[in-house]
Amino acid sequence: MDKEGKGMDVIVCVKRVPESAEAEIVIDKSGKRVKTEDLVFDINEWDDYALEEAVLLKEKLGGSVTAVTVGSEDADSTLRKCLARGADRAIRLTDKAFAGSDGYAIAKILYRAIKDLRFDLILTGTQAGDDGYAQVGVVLAELLGIPHATMVKKIEVKEGFVRVNRELEGGLEEVVEVKLPAMLAIQTGINEPRYVSVMGIRKARQKEIKVLGLRDIGLREEDVGESGSWIAVEKMFIPPVEKEAVILTGGLDEIATKIVEILRARGLV
Amino acid sequence: MKELFVLVEHRRGELRDITFEMLTKGRELSQKINADLTAILLGHNLKEFAKRLADHTKKVLIVDDARLENFNAEAYQRVLSHLISERKPSLTLIGHTAFGVDLAPSLATELNVPLATDCIDLDFEEGELIVVRQVYGGKVNVKASLRKSESYIVTLRPATFESQEIKPLGGEVVELASPLSEDIEYKRFIEFFELPAGEVDITAADIIVAVGRGIKEADNMPIVKKLAEALGGVLACSRPIVDKGWLPKDRQVGTSGKTVKSKLYIAIGISGQFQHVSGMKNADLIIVINKDSKAPIFQAADYGVVEDLFKVVPTLTDRILEEKTYTS
Repeated sequence: MDKEGKGMDVIVCVKRVPESAEAEIVIDKSGKRVKTEDLVFDINEWDDYALEEAVLLKEKLGGSVTAVTVGSEDADSTLRKCLARGADRAIRLTDKAFAGSDGYAIAKILYRAIKDLRFDLILTGTQAGDDGYAQVGVVLAELLGIPHATMVKKIEVKEGFVRVNRELEGGLEEVVEVKLPAMLAIQTGINEPRYVSVMGIRKARQKEIKVLGLRDIGLREEDVGESGSWIAVEKMFIPPVEKEAVILTGGLDEIATKIVEILRARGLV
Repeated sequence: MKELFVLVEHRRGELRDITFEMLTKGRELSQKINADLTAILLGHNLKEFAKRLADHTKKVLIVDDARLENFNAEAYQRVLSHLISERKPSLTLIGHTAFGVDLAPSLATELNVPLATDCIDLDFEEGELIVVRQVYGGKVNVKASLRKSESYIVTLRPATFESQEIKPLGGEVVELASPLSEDIEYKRFIEFFELPAGEVDITAADIIVAVGRGIKEADNMPIVKKLAEALGGVLACSRPIVDKGWLPKDRQVGTSGKTVKSKLYIAIGISGQFQHVSGMKNADLIIVINKDSKAPIFQAADYGVVEDLFKVVPTLTDRILEEKTYTS
């Protein structure tokens, strides 16, 4: 909030991830990671919606948006996107020691960087498209001692609290009220992330990205990386095939004919 | 005696399937580590649930408190952190559901107990907990170990294990005093909100053509719509299509949408994350069209076509229209 107590100061935690839904994923020689050379990286899809929600809140109520990420220098492209879309400030948390961190260790890093900032709301994606822990935001909230809600599909800001819709299973939602300051983990589809204007990109290039390392945020090496994590990857493998589909091959007409024959045999055409 | 906790999940007066799925896995693990399988049942007016659960477990621990009637992460966390610190179960299983995702990470943080989320398998190997998780949308599995601890928390992916019918165990039902002393201040459940029904009920359809992210642009949607029409079926979709607003929510197949059991399900440009697959895997005949032969959706398919949908689908539509003119 500003001096008159108006507006929302929002921190949005984002992650740069490889697009995997449409890409072929290959495990590298170490057996613990995937090959990333041929993959296209962008802001995590869930975080993209969280970023948009943060900017919408600022546009509606005033205040500010600060984007924070844990990652290498490559993550600047993600922060630039946040700045171009309407974030006012960007912080990148980078250190060799952060490698191998799980969701818990990442949350500890974010906690150290965020705890002294002024904020009303922290937004992040409910999960990430790569490791899919779905836990960073909630751990962060607990470390900060603030309440949270996950899988959020709607936010209404009230006096001192937010009223949110959480997505449950089977087309059901629940409405809950959460006191501010709070952490909300956003579900996809809550809004329509905007495209970045050329002007926005130009302006974003001039904005500064603040870079902080392990010591700047008062952490020790054992707090982060594998030693500071709950979970360590032993090996990656391609999921075993449980049911083998019959693959229909041939030219387009041939494939179409084969499908029609299958459907005809079952009385479906 | 060591204990293995399973947190019972219920909503609007119904025990949820995930509860029994966790009990299946919990039973196997509890035998291995020689622990009592203990169901943790939090809520209000729980007698019926307790009776049913006692058939599946060694013990049912109940905390009956009006403040626990509807799931509330804050209230649940307070009760569970109390129970876990007091009884130190070797493992607590929680569903990786809208309920578990809201609860497990903060609970584990408060207790400083290692947590592994969204697991599809787990086992104790020499006292150490090993889990299997899926990453990159189900395209890669990860075997991972947890930091050594006397207690662990794991969230289990729904529909991964089957509920088992077993010989009733006649477990002991123990009611505990509610450890909630103060009001739940920070988070308040207000109400459930049912999304309004749309014009088409996809769960009643015999033929479903479902489209996913692979369709790329809203302008391409007529390609799949025409196929659905040619087949006399309805058009459904996976989550990204609803997120983008190209089809209404009531057309979404999957965990947060509808579960269908159609005679025919053609999945086009859908990679097959488990949330989608759990909503369509019981269709009678599943045909998949996807250009990535490694897409997890092929695991659910009877027949697969590894091809560009923009080429195959129009050809198929034409062929079906021909067939229909021919036979009519």
